[in-house]
Amino acid sequence: MLNPTLKLNSKVFDSDVELKPTRAGFGEGLLHLGETNPNIVALSADLAESTYAHLFAEKFPERFFEIGIGEQNMAAVAAGLAVTGKIPFISSYATFSPGKNWETIRTTIIYNQANVKIAGHHAGIMTGPDGSTHQATEDIAITRCWPNIEIYVPCDAIEGKKATIASAATTSPVYLRYTRDKTPTMTTDETPFEVGKMQDFWITDNPQATIFATGYMLHYALVAAKELEEEGFPVLVVNVATIKPLDEEGIMRFTGHTKAVVTVEDHQVMGGLGGAIAEFLAKTNPLPMEFIGLQNTFAESGAWKELIEKYNMGTKSIKEAVKKVTARK
Amino acid sequence: MIDELFDDKLKDLELKADQARQLLIETLLEAGSGHSAGPLDMADVFIAFYFHILNHDPKNPDWPDRDRLVLSNGHICPIRYVTMAMAGYFPLEELKTLRKINSRLQGHPHRTALPGLETTSGPLGEGLSQAIGIALAAKLDKKSYYTYVITGDGELNEGNIWEAAMFAGKLKLNNLIAIVDRNNIQIDGFTEDVMPLEPLRAKFEAFNWHVLEVDAHNIRSIIDKIREAHSIYEKPTLIIAHSTPGMGVDFMEKDFHWHGKPPNKEEAKKALDELRTLQGKIMSEHK
Repeated sequence: MLNPTLKLNSKVFDSDVELKPTRAGFGEGLLHLGETNPNIVALSADLAESTYAHLFAEKFPERFFEIGIGEQNMAAVAAGLAVTGKIPFISSYATFSPGKNWETIRTTIIYNQANVKIAGHHAGIMTGPDGSTHQATEDIAITRCWPNIEIYVPCDAIEGKKATIASAATTSPVYLRYTRDKTPTMTTDETPFEVGKMQDFWITDNPQATIFATGYMLHYALVAAKELEEEGFPVLVVNVATIKPLDEEGIMRFTGHTKAVVTVEDHQVMGGLGGAIAEFLAKTNPLPMEFIGLQNTFAESGAWKELIEKYNMGTKSIKEAVKKVTARK
Repeated sequence: MIDELFDDKLKDLELKADQARQLLIETLLEAGSGHSAGPLDMADVFIAFYFHILNHDPKNPDWPDRDRLVLSNGHICPIRYVTMAMAGYFPLEELKTLRKINSRLQGHPHRTALPGLETTSGPLGEGLSQAIGIALAAKLDKKSYYTYVITGDGELNEGNIWEAAMFAGKLKLNNLIAIVDRNNIQIDGFTEDVMPLEPLRAKFEAFNWHVLEVDAHNIRSIIDKIREAHSIYEKPTLIIAHSTPGMGVDFMEKDFHWHGKPPNKEEAKKALDELRTLQGKIMSEHK
């Protein structure tokens, strides 16, 4: 059942569940920060409406900088603003930032310890019809390997707003990952959010496996868990909204009894959430694992829900992975 | 405001530039790796900045109202380290630690390692953008400090430079002054063979910059051009500083092979002998 202590959306499995893109949470969170902290500034690379940064731009035009289509310049200008005491939020599609400007971010923001927040939008194959050029499926891998960074991947728009606001509370650079289309709202304003803490969204007695999911894919995991429960196969579902720092204590706690793990993410299975958890478990408590995500391939254009099925990332695939990993115990 | 430059101060600055070149050769020899040509040719510019142009306090490197000097072509950092040490940011003795383990003097400058470096640099083409960010913050905070950025000429090959040039032109950042070390060399050869930059002046003018040119080895002219740049209110200013790579050491001058290597012991001795007799010669050459 849904964990009652987390005050989750009771309509999460209903056909009329509220739908909203996680990127809307970025826009709302950034607007909130602008109202409460005069040092917040925002930079856009010609995608202010797509990234919802336009909400900030309209309210605080003097603190908004339109860079044009130049992601390297955007990152390094932000670094200069940050070392002078500002808290810049840069936003673009994740394939371009932190993709195209990876080394610029590495040198001028991460190694330089500049307090810049990097918002990567249109992440995952959910970017759908635009095709693989615009589907960022490596962004977690290419940011997770940096020291001195935190990485948040919100599961819905409400968590997206909380994550955006939370990112300003640390002086570390933060990578924030958002997705394009409307997805089910799983949390509520009352759901607690803490950086670096995993949360068990679906709990049960005698769980046979633990599903760790990140981003909007958490909804697929919850549906899979509900169906598995009805089939007499109870599992835990854990929301991983912080990929880095990884909640190692949470991994130990949530796998202590199940001893089998499935990870679920809209990202390559290499170097993302699954990789992070596997690295930790390999050195502490090796367990059988299955990885749901893009399997060492690029996707293609298409409606995102169709792509999720074609690339074996949907509810059915998650359920199969759960059964497979349980059999490997 | 930059102080007036009297003849006795000028002579002192020229002697300091000579001393900086000697310290540089000794530092590079001790380090055993690093770049020679660029640091030598920027010695006069760095001395002019640290001893006359910059409004700064070596004992209080984080002073919020200080002028910012950003080094974009991080590989010439040895000359920055030398002039910073001479100015009192850290002991001269520490120059011997360049590029060695546990040193604050990283092979390419790292902001958080040493107070007084404004940015981390090395990968080329990123300094102009960072300087724009710093200059923009001054505008937001209504502060009157200047942001200066020194770039190489070879690094103008980088696309990031032109993204930044467009943006600074758009913002009309009159508190930003860029100095290009126009020494005409890069690792693979002469700039006009590797990737022609000319007409460089016209390119930046087309990007809405005010462009000045200066002899990078004439300290009085350098200071005068910075003063002139301060009077430009409607645009950012780019100063093309024409330099001789390896300036001051005859066998290094104008030879691109000295871009990326340090002198060995015999070469260092030869260079030092030459530099010790130089004593103000550089300016007189331009009279």
